[in-house]
Amino acid sequence: MIYTKTRKPNALYELSESRSAYLMLAPFTLFFLIFTVLAVVSAMGLSLTNYNLIEKPVFSGWTNYVRTLIDDDILIIAVKNTLMFAIITGPASYILCLFFAWMINELPHSLKIIMTFVFYAPSISGSVYIIWTYIFSSDAYGLVNSLLMRTGLIMEPVLWLADTRYILPIVILVQLWSSLGTSFLAFIAGFQSIDKNLYESGAIDGIKNRFQELMYITLPAMGPQLMFAAVMQIGASFAAGDISVALAGNPSVDYAAHTVVTHISDYAIGRYEMGYACALSTLLFAVMLLTNSGVSKFLRRHTNL
Amino acid sequence: MKKIGRRQAHSVTGDLTLILFLTLVGSFMVLPFIYSILQSLKPMEELFIFPPKFFVRNPTLGNFMDLFLRTNNMWVPFERYISNSIYISVLGTLLSVLVSSLGAYPLAKMKFKGRVVYEKIIVISLLFVHQVTAIPQYVIMSKLGMIDTMSALIFPAVASSLSIYLMKNFMSQLPDDLIEAAKVDGSSHLRTFAQIVMPNVKPAWITVVILTFQGLWNRGTGAYIYSEQLKNLPTLLTQISASSTVSTAGIAAAAAVFLMIPPVFVFVFSQNKIVETMAYSGIKG
Repeated sequence: MIYTKTRKPNALYELSESRSAYLMLAPFTLFFLIFTVLAVVSAMGLSLTNYNLIEKPVFSGWTNYVRTLIDDDILIIAVKNTLMFAIITGPASYILCLFFAWMINELPHSLKIIMTFVFYAPSISGSVYIIWTYIFSSDAYGLVNSLLMRTGLIMEPVLWLADTRYILPIVILVQLWSSLGTSFLAFIAGFQSIDKNLYESGAIDGIKNRFQELMYITLPAMGPQLMFAAVMQIGASFAAGDISVALAGNPSVDYAAHTVVTHISDYAIGRYEMGYACALSTLLFAVMLLTNSGVSKFLRRHTNL
Repeated sequence: MKKIGRRQAHSVTGDLTLILFLTLVGSFMVLPFIYSILQSLKPMEELFIFPPKFFVRNPTLGNFMDLFLRTNNMWVPFERYISNSIYISVLGTLLSVLVSSLGAYPLAKMKFKGRVVYEKIIVISLLFVHQVTAIPQYVIMSKLGMIDTMSALIFPAVASSLSIYLMKNFMSQLPDDLIEAAKVDGSSHLRTFAQIVMPNVKPAWITVVILTFQGLWNRGTGAYIYSEQLKNLPTLLTQISASSTVSTAGIAAAAAVFLMIPPVFVFVFSQNKIVETMAYSGIKG
């Protein structure tokens, strides 16, 4: 290779590298600023106003935030439900992603491909979760009802999606069903990329079964993937709402499946109180950020990141 | 003496239990799909028999035929919905991949002030959930006059944090020597990007193409578009399923199956490339 051009002196070169970098990032930054950053910032700004989408926003200071603390009874139900979602489906879906990815990784190659597809399919097929409304239909046509009635376990159809005792568990179930998304894939990929020699040396060093393998070799080596999955799952579980609405409606019976997100939709789209909805959104985002940094610290300390 | 192909710490019973358990749970995962497909193959008599049966006795493609007949008699022709979907998905995906990879390269391989901050912002923005940003986005778009145009669906998808994040991570793996060699040969940054980096990160942009395409294809037009001629396929199919009555239940079932097939199809063909990209998806603390 003949070097026909000499390198420019360092400072100038770095300057041109900076400039090229900014130029190449410019299109992304433009769209990102307008449609993402601006949206979030204006949401925070609108949270300090009363805005009904028709007239101009009216500045109102902290009233919206004060209201969330003292004047909103339904919010308490929504928060309780969202916390249940976050605490149950968040870690549960995280562990399920991990667990199933690990198990599928143990399978022979062709089975692995089929199973990966089987487990990932629910999360990409748009609104297939609507099918669950037919399975858990409240009349005698629903699959679950007809099965239970045929085996004599119940005499009359159960109002699955209208009975406050059952709504939340069912929504959680369907949420878990569709939660094996990008995190699941990240884990599958992560498991596959671990050096096989580590396992051999582990076996020599005295590791006796699969679980020990998992705890002492696999998980510590997968720090980055664990982190990525945590970010995605935290986001998804705090933002649970679509499935709840599809299955139980908004508002659900007695607000049994009401989450913070459905509460936000209620105020923004149902009651035209954008300012309040934005205050709720900002609070939600703050909580998500906090949880995220907490989880990151934990993961950083316990894996070799 | 350890068995060939089996790691020392694994037992046969362990393997079998695993397979059994996974098959059980796997059936639960695909239950709605199978149910959906079976429903769409049932003739009218079987859709409403009581007690309802899971399996189909006399499978028929009649529901799909009815779906075509019905869609051919609408005010806005069926092909229009499909072409809208294709336009939105293809344009959106192209723009998104272009913009994301162009932006990912500097983040992955170039030095500039503010790089670390930018990376942190992207990771935080992975947390932004659609429901939280949807309403301010609507207001922004309406101020820009984009409501009731297809740009309303395309533009927000262009700056996808997930896409740029995946591309950047994958690009970071590329050996620096490759890029150094190009620079020494006098290539500009843009040229290095286009001719050296991009061909070597194929799994990454294939994944971004697939994920973006699926997201755009599946997304109904929702509140952003109200003119009928601009609506896309999922909106139409959802309208048909949601407004189904007893007599059109078969058509609704066929429409539901139609909706669910494309993303599944696309994933099957690109599965291993996607998994390869996800291997580099980790966040390094």
